[in-house]
Amino acid sequence: MNCELIAAESSARNPLDRRSFLMCALASGAALGAGEFAAPAGAVPLASGAQAQNDAQFTFEAKFYEKLANRKIKCKLCPRECVVGDKERGYCGVRENHGGVYYTLVHSRVCAAHIDPIEKKPLFHYLPGTNAFSIATAGCNVNCKFCQNWDISQSRPEEIPAQYISPHQAADIARKYDCPTIAYTYSEPVVFAEYLMDTADAAHEAGVRSIVVSNGYMQHDSLEQAYGKMDAVKIDLKAFTESYYAKVVTGQLKPVLDSLVTLRKMGKWTEIVYLVVPSLNDDDEEFRGLARWIKANLGPDVPLHFTQFHPEYLLKNLPITPVSTLERAKAIADAEGLHYVYIGNVPGHPAQNTYCPQCRKMLVERVGFTASKMLIGKDSTCPYCRHSIPGIWHA
Amino acid sequence: MTDLRNRSRRSFLTRCLTGAAALGVAGLREGGEAQAAAAKSRVVVARDPLLRSSDSTRGSGSTIDARRLETLLVNAMQSLFSLPATHENGIAAWRRIAGAGDTVSLKVNTLGGRGISTNVDLVAAVCERLQQAGVAARNMIVWDRDTEEMERAGFRIVIGGDRVQCFGTDRVGYEDDLSAWGSVGSRFSKILTRSSDVLINLPVLKDHDGAGVTIALKNMYGTIHNPNKYHPNGCDPYVADLNMLPEIRSRMKLTICDATTAMYEGGPGFKPEHSWKLNGLLVSQDAVALDFTGWQLIERKRAEMGLKTLEAEQRAPRYIATAADSEHGLGHCDAARIAVVEIQGGA
Repeated sequence: MNCELIAAESSARNPLDRRSFLMCALASGAALGAGEFAAPAGAVPLASGAQAQNDAQFTFEAKFYEKLANRKIKCKLCPRECVVGDKERGYCGVRENHGGVYYTLVHSRVCAAHIDPIEKKPLFHYLPGTNAFSIATAGCNVNCKFCQNWDISQSRPEEIPAQYISPHQAADIARKYDCPTIAYTYSEPVVFAEYLMDTADAAHEAGVRSIVVSNGYMQHDSLEQAYGKMDAVKIDLKAFTESYYAKVVTGQLKPVLDSLVTLRKMGKWTEIVYLVVPSLNDDDEEFRGLARWIKANLGPDVPLHFTQFHPEYLLKNLPITPVSTLERAKAIADAEGLHYVYIGNVPGHPAQNTYCPQCRKMLVERVGFTASKMLIGKDSTCPYCRHSIPGIWHA
Repeated sequence: MTDLRNRSRRSFLTRCLTGAAALGVAGLREGGEAQAAAAKSRVVVARDPLLRSSDSTRGSGSTIDARRLETLLVNAMQSLFSLPATHENGIAAWRRIAGAGDTVSLKVNTLGGRGISTNVDLVAAVCERLQQAGVAARNMIVWDRDTEEMERAGFRIVIGGDRVQCFGTDRVGYEDDLSAWGSVGSRFSKILTRSSDVLINLPVLKDHDGAGVTIALKNMYGTIHNPNKYHPNGCDPYVADLNMLPEIRSRMKLTICDATTAMYEGGPGFKPEHSWKLNGLLVSQDAVALDFTGWQLIERKRAEMGLKTLEAEQRAPRYIATAADSEHGLGHCDAARIAVVEIQGGA
């Protein structure tokens, strides 16, 4: 699961930026036409969509697993290490054991596809003002109680409408519609790693880059192999305590922190989102610990986005995160020495702009998911004081 | 330590079965005894050594005699309600479950293919008896998660018309809204929510590599859209939490566990080398008590085959005790509160 809301859902659910989402959905729908890929999940009756799918064309042997005795397998994709018996599926629901061979059921099985501003991922320091052809399959390797896209992330592939989009087709669509990137997002790209890898290869051949929006809950080898093909990564760091990960996410914190360190060593451009959930992960000490860890392990220049929670899925009993809480989180992270701390899901808030950490002048102004002003030059420096601003600012 | 535990469990089961045998004979001494046992949950273990006798192999053949199976079912139901064995009571027992005007869904288990799925003849016999009790054929639906799996298990798919309906949730989908209790948040099959006043659970008896055993309670995983999320920690407390949801709890009236063929190891997929012909049925209105009883049968077979207990393998089905705890209260897993009634013969 990741925190990026799919466009079709957002037009109905997200009260904050409905216009932006709707514009995006309409624009992409109009541009791509009905014949090229399916309407997003929820727009097509469940059963009819499910029946229309031919499972065989989406089924490929998985890459990350080991065979065990008695036709069992152990999945090596994520730290969960599901031991899966014959005819059974792993926790993610999209990988199945057939006679001791493990298969992914979601290769090229796209259940959501949109053209989104890259700021929606959010990636703020990576090709601002461009669009990303954004795709997802069903499934997730955790079960966040606040998931905004639970209807696809927590479903099995056969339960939701999907359409076949091969890696080369995805690359072609991105090029055709002037998207410099393909984004793997909405559900949890970890679980469709094979499709992500093949698509990244096809996209690179076509001159299109790849970015991923992920929970980072992966094993070291799968992370290196799969996300090694990515050009930028956004990690949803759900909290900074193991207890939250256990109770709210159904996962673990440490492997995610390990992934962030690995991505740093791999030299991948990485941004972090922290969804602030009232009463569950909004403690000052947690914010402080998070900021200190990032500075010590990743450096002060990694963008950190504190985003606003909205009641959803299994956490409908909690209120929207107060803006004051987000501002408190930002103030703590700023004070700890992080240079690029943003506030997300609060349209019009000044903390969604990028400022030079040296002269404090505004360098990128954002309105909704649009970069309305971009002053950083091709040399990636502040035009006022020439301070270097980390990121990939121009294609 | 393990041996002691084994002995203890075996001796417990022996006590239960011995007591049950005493209870089961001669139409049961009803009245005071039945009332005294009112706080107990009744689990009927009905077995017929000649169930597969049609091929003259004294119960070890492959073909189940449908007529004997039906008789076994009828006897089990009368025993469940402590009714004397008469033709009228054969119908009366079913009227305690459903009657005219009810819509009845029969949740089978077909994951294991023809080797270890709910027996088609058993389901047909249940439908026949329900019709005798007044339920219209068109108001019954036999279902599981997936239509193709049902076909592979031998069910003939029927959609529409006045016959008993038979298809999987994939044909109608799941509710859009979530139902949540404790650790569980799931979307239910529309078959359950829209076509069931009464739910009859028809699981099989088998070992499960993660959960320990899968019998009645866990068969409800086939009613929701996301069962894969509920396998960690031996399915505990997920199985119990799921069965707390009103969509299940308010409808569940009866469990008939098909133990004609059972598996003591290697489940949930069918492993013929780990299956045995138990030639029986387990019937109860308390799914927790039935699961507990079925678990003991599997443990007894494991001991017979020289295997460790599920506890020793660190996969004892803890969810059964959770389902019985004070928070859930779904039934009994305390041997002192379960009346196991063993009956023999399907003639």
